[in-house]
Amino acid sequence: MSAAARPAPVSPVVIHPLVVRVTHWLNAVAIVCLVMSGWKIYNASPLFGFSFPGWATLGGWLGGAIAWHLAAMWLLIANGLVYLAYGLAGRHFMRSFLPIGPREVWQDLKEALFFRLFHKLGAYNAVQRLLYVVVVLLVVAAAVSGFGLWKPVQFQGLVGLLGGYEFVRRIHFVAMAGIVGFTVIHLALVAIVPSTLWAMITGRARVEISAEEAAP
Amino acid sequence: MNPISNKVLAPELRRLKRRLLLRSGLSLGALTMLTGCNLTDGDAVDRALWAVSRFNDRVQAWLFDPNRLAPTYPASEITDPFPFNAYYPEDNAPEVDGDTWKLEVSGLVEDRTPWTLARLRAMPQASQITRHICIEGWSAVGEWSGVPFRSVLERIGADTRARYVGFKCADRYYSSIDMATALHPQTILATDFRGAPLPDKYGFPVKLRVPTKLGFKNPKHIVALFVTNEYPGGWWEDQGYNWFSGS
Repeated sequence: MSAAARPAPVSPVVIHPLVVRVTHWLNAVAIVCLVMSGWKIYNASPLFGFSFPGWATLGGWLGGAIAWHLAAMWLLIANGLVYLAYGLAGRHFMRSFLPIGPREVWQDLKEALFFRLFHKLGAYNAVQRLLYVVVVLLVVAAAVSGFGLWKPVQFQGLVGLLGGYEFVRRIHFVAMAGIVGFTVIHLALVAIVPSTLWAMITGRARVEISAEEAAP
Repeated sequence: MNPISNKVLAPELRRLKRRLLLRSGLSLGALTMLTGCNLTDGDAVDRALWAVSRFNDRVQAWLFDPNRLAPTYPASEITDPFPFNAYYPEDNAPEVDGDTWKLEVSGLVEDRTPWTLARLRAMPQASQITRHICIEGWSAVGEWSGVPFRSVLERIGADTRARYVGFKCADRYYSSIDMATALHPQTILATDFRGAPLPDKYGFPVKLRVPTKLGFKNPKHIVALFVTNEYPGGWWEDQGYNWFSGS
């Protein structure tokens, strides 16, 4: 039977390794807890002229919110370290996130905005790569500024470097806002391409195999 | 900045909150997360949160460097007016008579003689301009002067191998700190704020100034101190604020 007679070869392949899936979902839990409890903490002394609605917060009162925040912190750290170690040592970052060139980002962004960019399961376009790298850096920024706020005396070198306690509060807020902004876009894209959700759960997707990949 | 809004609470409410650290806070996201797990019982999650908080106490004690000083600031950076903060409104701040005031001393000490204000003022004094950081997030720079707490502990013959120093206050507030922090060079029994005796709102006649801890670990209007190995807790700590709360 000739290959031309068959439909395009399709095979379920693992596009998200187990480590990535587990750390993704643990991270999602940690981030949701941290953001919602963080909003409650913010409300105790709002930095800007608004408060977060109570229904969107976690902890019930300031003490409860801090208890959640400083518990979820450990989940974020432990899980984040596993993810970063895997990503750096296992070449996951290099394979999935690089290269990110301004030209590719601009090209893919234009196509995405006009809904001409097609999502290929298992491969990230340049905009995705950029967003994923940025959100990893935002989480690192939130964690580092968070350490500064938690221990402004013990980590006073860090706090001084970042502009002082009051400025670090703002860094922490901006990092949170960036993470929430990413999450909104991320969830919107998952809603547009729901198969990505299934892929992040099972790790598998039916990917069309290109000619050279199908070749023995 | 609204330092007192959520601090005026009836005692019953406090007890309830302590028990329901989590359950009262169940919201959309928490419900979503807990669906499908066995942790739908709020008390179980509460116990987990308390356990992590005790773990965080140990981590902070380990991170605490007894020789690292809190940053100090020039007088030009002092926050004016310095915010009032307590679990009650400013009008309710106790008015203590400095002439009859005594600082009771008890627990693992050799000399339990109560201290008068005059005796405290006769001790070698220290002054600091440091940042007071509230658990609510805001901060303010103030200038406090008084007796290094270490020298008081030495003078009363405190067992400095004990784990805790506890404080009781004229406003029924109470708190406690670890011995390492009690011996820190910047921990002082402050009698003055900006060069004048502490006003009532800032804790007349004596407050503990601990720049290596959050504001609520700086009790005001102190009337008694005790050295102990039994965990003394605190007004906020017993409700769920982390006990160590080091900066």
